[in-house]
Amino acid sequence: MVSRLRAREDERIDRGRPVTFTFDGTAVRGFEGDTFGSAMYAEGRRVFSRSFKYHRPRGLVCCAGQCANCMATVDGRPNVRLCVEPIREGADVNGQNVLGSVDRDFLSAVDRFAGPFTPPGFYYKTFIRPRRLWPLYEKLLRNAAGLGKLNPEATREGRFEKEHRSVDVLVVGGGSEGLQAAIEAAQAGSSVALVDDGPEPGGALLLTESGDEPARALANKAREVGVELLCPARAVGVYEGNLVPIEYDNVLIRMRATEIVVAAGVVEQPLVFPGNDLVGVMLPGAASRLVRFWSIKPGERAVVITADDSGARAVETLKAAGVRVAATVDLRATMPETIVASGKKGRVTGVSIDGDSVRCDLVVASGSPQPAHALLSHAGARVDYDAGRGVFVPVEVPDGIRAVGGAAGDVGQPGLPRPSFGGSGSKAKEFVCICEDQTTKDLRYAHAEGYDSIELSKRYTTVTMGPCQGRLCHLNSVRLYAETSGTDESLIGTTTARPPWSPVSLEVLAGRPHEPARRTSMHDRHKKLGATMMWTGEWRRPYAYGDPAAEVRGVHEAVGIIDVSTLGKILVSGRDAATFLERIYPNRFGDMASGRIRYGVLTSDAGRITDDGTIARLADDTFYVTTTSTGAGAVVEWFEWWNAIWGYELDVVNVTGSLAAINVAGPDARALMERLVDIPVDADSFRYLDARQGHVAGVPSLLLRIGFVGELGYEIHFPSVQGEFLLDALVTEGADFGAVPFGLESQRVLRLEKAHILVGQDTDSESNLLEASMPWILKLDKGDFVGRWSAEQVKARGLETRLVGFRLKTDDLPVEGGQIVGDGQPVGRITSVRRSEAADAIIGLAWVPADKAVEGASFEARVDGELIPAEVTLEPFYDPDGERLRS
Amino acid sequence: MTFQVPCPNCGPRPVEEFTTTGEVRERPVESPSRRDLSHYIYFRRNARGVQTEWWYHRFGCELWFLADRDTHDNRVLETRLPTSSRGEW
Repeated sequence: MVSRLRAREDERIDRGRPVTFTFDGTAVRGFEGDTFGSAMYAEGRRVFSRSFKYHRPRGLVCCAGQCANCMATVDGRPNVRLCVEPIREGADVNGQNVLGSVDRDFLSAVDRFAGPFTPPGFYYKTFIRPRRLWPLYEKLLRNAAGLGKLNPEATREGRFEKEHRSVDVLVVGGGSEGLQAAIEAAQAGSSVALVDDGPEPGGALLLTESGDEPARALANKAREVGVELLCPARAVGVYEGNLVPIEYDNVLIRMRATEIVVAAGVVEQPLVFPGNDLVGVMLPGAASRLVRFWSIKPGERAVVITADDSGARAVETLKAAGVRVAATVDLRATMPETIVASGKKGRVTGVSIDGDSVRCDLVVASGSPQPAHALLSHAGARVDYDAGRGVFVPVEVPDGIRAVGGAAGDVGQPGLPRPSFGGSGSKAKEFVCICEDQTTKDLRYAHAEGYDSIELSKRYTTVTMGPCQGRLCHLNSVRLYAETSGTDESLIGTTTARPPWSPVSLEVLAGRPHEPARRTSMHDRHKKLGATMMWTGEWRRPYAYGDPAAEVRGVHEAVGIIDVSTLGKILVSGRDAATFLERIYPNRFGDMASGRIRYGVLTSDAGRITDDGTIARLADDTFYVTTTSTGAGAVVEWFEWWNAIWGYELDVVNVTGSLAAINVAGPDARALMERLVDIPVDADSFRYLDARQGHVAGVPSLLLRIGFVGELGYEIHFPSVQGEFLLDALVTEGADFGAVPFGLESQRVLRLEKAHILVGQDTDSESNLLEASMPWILKLDKGDFVGRWSAEQVKARGLETRLVGFRLKTDDLPVEGGQIVGDGQPVGRITSVRRSEAADAIIGLAWVPADKAVEGASFEARVDGELIPAEVTLEPFYDPDGERLRS
Repeated sequence: MTFQVPCPNCGPRPVEEFTTTGEVRERPVESPSRRDLSHYIYFRRNARGVQTEWWYHRFGCELWFLADRDTHDNRVLETRLPTSSRGEW
């Protein structure tokens, strides 16, 4: 049964383009330009959903995407407002929160039987005993009340983007006031964007019989003068710095505006009377939209009760659509004592006004139009209750934001409806909040229980907390509370308005998945060499090229090659560079000769270890500092911060990306280097901890003789662009020696054999130098440095815990982070553990009580629930005297 | 937090581009008592109102600067370069 009115020029539907979808499995036919809701209404559907708690049948109320009454699941997406969602061919629309269908919902028994017994707080008070059954009750109750169900298996569909933009003036709302404000601003030379939630701007103009033409003229004028029209789009809220997120299709525009003009108009308010939620009771705007947008006759016999001109406009529109208006009440002229709607099977069949019954199938009712002030409130505006007109009006609007039209409080002089029209005798439910199924009785009950503040009442009854976010219930709940407590609305005040003002989907907020990765310049070579890649911070690094144990053997017995480009690399240069480093590191650099290298650990003023690396003095006033792989940015920031305080003459340059680095280590490293380097590398010319500049295979390089992995080694730092070339040269030339590329896993074994710590792995935000067993780093005989005073305090109080090496007397590899147990209590933890062939044991590092930090002390570690004995080792597990390192 | 911070180099930019280490603190110049040290490291005034803070334009020009920010409404009243004091040590 399709019933459309005679075609009109300004209707939104294109009757030549039919669109078909299904609702609960039954085909619905509409036209291009319809919403799901309008197409369903045109086919005669009146019941669109079941209410949140009582499962009462509900129909269209606002037709503007504000309330919960038409929410359904569309193609698996829950809580879609059918009244504004454009129709799509083949869509699968289903009712939600029902047992059965929206027409026959078995859960509606709640309304018939349990209704009188379910005041606010009922569930919590009743089902709390016995307490252990609450989880079961909760599951049942949650199933019986609620909205649509999220599909936990759902995945992202489509592409979502974020746009960062700015304009001089952003206008929210495309009614006549908004369009005019936009036009004026654009004519004054400002860049202007206008957001409107309809498919075309026009706002309330489009709801009047003579409004289409002026609306179109204004929109055209706006386009002409360069206003950017964003519609349909929704402003989500107003945030600090005049930032307005706008949902525009699949894009979230983060719009920054010098001035925001809120022209959001008014929100029509329902009247509170028994039966006011019956299907067929709707707001004037809803009736007008059905007729004017989609050429649908909303009903046959209407009763119109309004507090302002919206009634007259609705009557005009309804009559033009052939609806018989059986009765009209203008609340400005007459104020009935009681209004009671009666219905059959949830649908309205008549209204009784002060006892005079009128038969009807449509009730168009509204109270004073409430200025849509939410966006202004987000920005910090206050609202005052206007007792004469019965609405909240924005005041004290902050700079940079302006309200015009209805949103500013320009709502004429409406009649002041009663907070409720139920009178004293009525037993039928009169709803204050249709989203959350809260009646006048519930609110009065909450008040009687002592919830005398509107904020408390909101939390107790959940009034205003439903999908409409208070649009249709905030004003009425405040007015009812004022009446109940015999006080003034201005004393009741308002609840806090928070974003989002419009519903916004999480996928739009999330935007495009964005997981940036950093690759070294040798990345592709690693893959060709068969590396398994892994994440270390934001870097991608080779975990291993094959068997990590074989790689470890290769380093110990021949020579290994590892890409260490991820090391942070910082040039510190300038007259005060040495002084600066002495003051920011706990150890000395002033006495270091050019061409020498020292290990350095950075600590905070709290004495905590934050990073480590090597510092090479390249010249009197130039130092080359390396940091941990993920630490470069933080160290540069740290250096720059302290120097902002100290003001030394120096430059800090982060060269992490521009330089690559390769570590060549193993007993054959020198022989390999001799083939490729143009400087002497014999043990006397190029000593351990020397820094030299030269060319490796012709590539200008800085060579650092350091030994993180415990063998004779050269760290080559060179321009990133030469990464693949130099790696190839080393692998090719090293072939005779049995050179192996090695990955992160073997490097971790090798460094553990030397008991070299990894900052962040073996240390945490509590670790200090003394307890991390690095007392030699601390030079308390020099002047002030960052972390000095805390180090002094630790020294004075004595050590409580120590980081030590250990061997496990078992063959089971415990997990890193595993517990160390003493007297049945956890007293420490394992930070690193690996099987070492060279040490022929399972070795590791662990934090143990300070009294255990003696060679050979034993402790127990918990491995898979069993206690395993371990023995403390204070020396490195491999080459304890460093002979191989220095060779 | 969506306010804008006027970087002395770059002008007003969104706060996400910056990082802050919070209010400026007085670092003890002499070896402090345990109590004074704890106070310096762990305690903040956390003023409600205008306080001077260190800000860093991390995703921008990488400049550290001082900002007078009203913690109540996140208005940044002024930003400036620090006047450094090298101190004696």
